[in-house]
Amino acid sequence: MFLLFSAVIVIFSILTVTSRRILRAATFLLFVLVSTAGLYFLLRYNYLAAIQLIVYAGGIVVLIIFSILLTSHIAEKLPTAGLLKKWPAALVALAGATLCITVILQHNFPGSIGNTELVSVTDIGNSLINYGKYGYALPFEVISVLLLAAMIGAIVLAKKRKD
Amino acid sequence: MFEGVPLSWFLVLSTIMFFVGVYGFLVRKNLITMLMSIELILNSVCINFVAFNKILYPDHMEGMFFTIFIIAVAAAEASVAIAIIINIYRRISNIDVEKMNEMKY
Repeated sequence: MFLLFSAVIVIFSILTVTSRRILRAATFLLFVLVSTAGLYFLLRYNYLAAIQLIVYAGGIVVLIIFSILLTSHIAEKLPTAGLLKKWPAALVALAGATLCITVILQHNFPGSIGNTELVSVTDIGNSLINYGKYGYALPFEVISVLLLAAMIGAIVLAKKRKD
Repeated sequence: MFEGVPLSWFLVLSTIMFFVGVYGFLVRKNLITMLMSIELILNSVCINFVAFNKILYPDHMEGMFFTIFIIAVAAAEASVAIAIIINIYRRISNIDVEKMNEMKY
């Protein structure tokens, strides 16, 4: 199952950055996000997978598709990047990926997945409002202020001007 | 069906996804496709956090909380970025990065 999901993630993320039709690229991004949620389900983080599906696959991708429909024609193909731009980018990505993968494979991490108990939503909620050790009350409040600021900022930015 | 997968497989998967996102960010010219590459990068970081949490510290929940916060920040970032993109499109009828050379209000 892990191999299936990771193959889907890798293939569709490559297609996302190479597809020349922008709406198809958004659809491939949707596949990537949904199979990431599948990975979370397999890791028994059901709440996290639900959040991933709702916010990422439900919210962000729909937002991206709406803005694509607002700003470009569907049939239009994106121009391919020039070779002068493509080769250095591919070189950077390949060099970084090989470096990181060699370091990861040389290091010996202990353990593999054994504990598959479910994290209950009650525990998550208790940690989110707890301000002691392992409590996340402060980041929770900061995130809520950030979301409010982002909402107001988005409305102000996208509003029509009078002039 | 999922037991026995070592941590390094998750790390290799998220590394590949991260650098695919970096490649897309460097190559693409359209603003929305660059935003999609950023989403790929953030998503790979989320996979990293979750895998570390599940495999090395299965009794704690830190990685999961950080993933939740990353998702919230990504949502905020995407909404503001799309508002900016729509505003730019309204001004110059184009969302290529190379056509944007004036930052006047």
